[in-house]
Amino acid sequence: MHRGMSRWVIAAFAFLGAFVLCAGVASAASPSITAIVTGGDKAPIAGVSVSVTGPEGFTGSGTTDAEGRATIEVPAAGQYIVKVDEKTLPPGETVKDGPERTVNVLSGDKKALFPVGIGGEPAGGEDSGSGAGEFGAQVLQLIVDGVVLSLIIALGALGLNLIFGTTGLTNFAHGELLALGAFTAYVFNATLGLNLIVACILALVVSAAAWGWGQNYLLWRPLRKRGTGLIAAMIVSIGLAMTIRYILLMIFGGDGRFYTDYAGQSGLEIGPVNITPKAIILSLLAILALTATVLWLRSSRMGKATRAVSDNPALASASGVNVERVIAVVWVLGATLAGFAGMFQGINNNVAWTMGQGLLLTMFAAIVLGGLGTIGGAIVGSFVVGMSVQLSTLIVPTQMKTGAALALMIVLLLIRPQGLLGKPERVG
Amino acid sequence: MPGEVAAAAQAALAVVSPEPGATKPDSILVADSVSRHFGGLTAVDVAHLEVQRSSITALIGPNGAGKSTLFNLLTGFDNADTGNWTYEGASVTNMPSYKLARKGMVRTFQLTKSLSRLTVLDNMRLGATGQKGERMGAAILPFIWRGQEKAITEQAMALLERFNLAAKSADFAGALSGGQRKLLEMARALMLKPNLIMLDEPMAGVNPALKQSLLDHIRDIREEGTTVMFVEHDMDMVRDVSDWVVVMAQGKVIAEGTPRSVMGNQAVIDAYLGAHHDRNLTASGESLTQGGNS
Amino acid sequence: MDLGFALTQALSQAIGVTAIIYLLATMGLNIQFGYAGLLNFGQVAFVAVGSYTIGACVMTVAPAITSWWPSAESYILWIAIPLALLVSLLLSLLLGIPTLRLRADYLAIVTIATGEIFRLVVKSIEPLGGVQGISGKIGANFYALNPFPDVDRVELGLVTYTRSDIWVVVVGWIVIGLLLLLTWALMRSPWGRSLRGIREDEDAVLALGKNTYLRKMQALILGGLFGTMAGIFWVVAKQSVQPDSFVPDFTFFCYTILILGGVARVLGPLIGTIIFWFLLVFTEQTLITAVESGTIGFLELTQVGPIRFILVGVALMLLMIFRPQWILGDRKELALDAR
Repeated sequence: MHRGMSRWVIAAFAFLGAFVLCAGVASAASPSITAIVTGGDKAPIAGVSVSVTGPEGFTGSGTTDAEGRATIEVPAAGQYIVKVDEKTLPPGETVKDGPERTVNVLSGDKKALFPVGIGGEPAGGEDSGSGAGEFGAQVLQLIVDGVVLSLIIALGALGLNLIFGTTGLTNFAHGELLALGAFTAYVFNATLGLNLIVACILALVVSAAAWGWGQNYLLWRPLRKRGTGLIAAMIVSIGLAMTIRYILLMIFGGDGRFYTDYAGQSGLEIGPVNITPKAIILSLLAILALTATVLWLRSSRMGKATRAVSDNPALASASGVNVERVIAVVWVLGATLAGFAGMFQGINNNVAWTMGQGLLLTMFAAIVLGGLGTIGGAIVGSFVVGMSVQLSTLIVPTQMKTGAALALMIVLLLIRPQGLLGKPERVG
Repeated sequence: MPGEVAAAAQAALAVVSPEPGATKPDSILVADSVSRHFGGLTAVDVAHLEVQRSSITALIGPNGAGKSTLFNLLTGFDNADTGNWTYEGASVTNMPSYKLARKGMVRTFQLTKSLSRLTVLDNMRLGATGQKGERMGAAILPFIWRGQEKAITEQAMALLERFNLAAKSADFAGALSGGQRKLLEMARALMLKPNLIMLDEPMAGVNPALKQSLLDHIRDIREEGTTVMFVEHDMDMVRDVSDWVVVMAQGKVIAEGTPRSVMGNQAVIDAYLGAHHDRNLTASGESLTQGGNS
Repeated sequence: MDLGFALTQALSQAIGVTAIIYLLATMGLNIQFGYAGLLNFGQVAFVAVGSYTIGACVMTVAPAITSWWPSAESYILWIAIPLALLVSLLLSLLLGIPTLRLRADYLAIVTIATGEIFRLVVKSIEPLGGVQGISGKIGANFYALNPFPDVDRVELGLVTYTRSDIWVVVVGWIVIGLLLLLTWALMRSPWGRSLRGIREDEDAVLALGKNTYLRKMQALILGGLFGTMAGIFWVVAKQSVQPDSFVPDFTFFCYTILILGGVARVLGPLIGTIIFWFLLVFTEQTLITAVESGTIGFLELTQVGPIRFILVGVALMLLMIFRPQWILGDRKELALDAR
């Protein structure tokens, strides 16, 4: 390892370490298993003995409380067997699919459901939207939810696409820029006690400076200088994504976190549609941010240079464009937009260590649908993906909704490989 | 002192009138109304083009004239918007590139495509067609392909000897110099025993010492009866080695003829000067910019 | 601190069931990525196909068909295995047809997406167990053939396995040995040479008259079948399968193993797997011991779990940056690696 390299590797670790330190006060949640024992009508059953066995001879046990829950902490990620002692159930009752569950604990709390008796529907999954209300109202609600999701995806996808366009990097760690933004705001807000608006503004600055400019300066710029290939760089980004994600898990634990302000805001009823004021304001801000970015790319000197670099880096460089400077600006912009997307998602739902990973594939789908490297395509693609994720729940179960959008991407690739707005270009 | 095949080809071409789209006595390749558009830009729009069998035909023109695009279209590396073309009398319009290569119409690339992390010998052996051991099922049964592999290796070593690369046969192709890679690519193309070999800028990036040897190889290839067509910017080479020159500008064939007649053609001079005021006709410019995906 | 315990734990993991699963999947990846240059980021989908086809056949299909084939449950596994391989082949076609003519990164995105689609869809299919997955005596047919004496634990020098585990481990390593031999035979053949050619430059190989699309498809299918074998071992060994086991990180673990051991080396995945699992488990066990004994005060026991993934992530980055051909790499080849 020669000296130049080791220096920036140390710097890169310091960069990651800084995050660990600045958030060190946040406590960690333990991985645990919660057994939920329910009878008919999902009524909880208390006083049931539950035992857990796991790797390295781990054993633990608990008794369900009034909510039918028994939470047993486990030492580490791994595979555990959760068993309900059927003798402690009400007489004559048995667990529907047998008293044993094998659960894989990665982190946080893993739930194991034990429906008891006859007619006790498993209480699994999310609730699949309100069955109440007529079909039209449901569609309208889904469209509104779809717009909100599309805007979040678009904020991420625009930066992802700009970075791809200017550097050729397929950045699998872009989702983590969302998560880093959201958690930075969380640290300012929940840990340091600042008002959420102030926290978000500070977090945007941190996103731009550390997670965007810093990441590019410490990691990607040296790699470009070294002539690291695009495939190698793609795999580096996968490693980075994993590293950041699990550092977040280690520090903040596996449960979703809420900001201290606006968390439980109740929704406004606008006709048949329910939407929270915070979602309206954030959506308007997102539209503003997207419009400003597109206008900036269209008209400003730097924006034009960015597009020139996307078209042909060698040519742009030969015509006097400072390619490295353009790339640095793109990283700052991309990280800021992604950070905002993360805070949007965090305020609207919650802040979780997997939030970036969850959105990464929808962002990829958006830019593949819209056309890799095209600016308008990223936004159009985001709306196609965001709307289809939400509207697909009319047809498929809620859990499948992201799958539906990804499947749509694959089908479209079959028909139009260059994407919706991409130039017809022979590839391969 | 041109060989017999060269003399015959030159004699055949002597009676052809030097005008765009001229009919040749014995054409191996005939193309009609081939066009390719990129967005609003017309990259290639060739009305008629014939290539005389066993000739050495040069394709020249200023940057962006559509020479490489025409090569890509004819060899199946790009899809034409219109047109049809025949090779050895049979239509091969938009035929997949690998099928064309098997029929003996073989090309090389402007940016040398030596397979870096394969040895020089493996690069050569890969060129042989009809290999039984390239079928997945037969691959695990060496007795099916071992005999053929031996013959291919002998053929490859003979060609490497001829191209002065035999000493490098065990090295990775990526370790060769630029000029040696050009030689390797040409030798590898010969493994397919081509009837028509299409060389895209064979001299680009080759040092002067190797140029002469490359020229000799091209002459030798033709003397074996193979038709050679090449794109080149090096006018000395064009003058030295070619029997016939086709000039393209803005996607069209604007002139054809013997090297001597073409170099004095006013339309050709205008095309070059119009496109590149400061361009030295002997320079080899166009290379570098092939951006994008690797 | 008891390093001996950590050491034997690490050793038994490095050659145990988990290692076998990852090794098989990585061997498939080696064919696809190492030899043919295909960016399959969804190897986990092939693994999942293996586990789920077996799980569904044994636990759902077999009981349903006993009415007209009374002994279905005695043979079902042996029918389910070829069926799983067939499904795997269909998945390769499904993935390959739209993407193998496109640029390499399209395959990357489509494969990773397919893995996620599979996981999300399976979660909501009740016959496949939904979120809970499938569990039961899935490997019964296999364990019925167990020739080891009926004792609780089998000691092999330093390491100890249960009677069923040792049977899985022995069969696993025999299968791996055969598949390594197959890989070696294929890759030294002209077919293997043309694959390596495609990895270096597909256009050049096309210009030499080879149908590159067909060969890429063959490589995708073969690598996928290896992945499916991993899934079959998984479900037989653990006798259960859950959708959330098949997260994208599984594939990234395989990439780390492959790059650690040496890309495009027949033995690369083998060496990579053993080192990877040994180091991973050893570090984890040592950390756990250190935390428990209070030697390391700043970590809680529950924070040790994520460290495994952080280590893998950092290792993947460092390996890719500094030594893409880590252990079996060829010096000459490394010097050329300017990609």
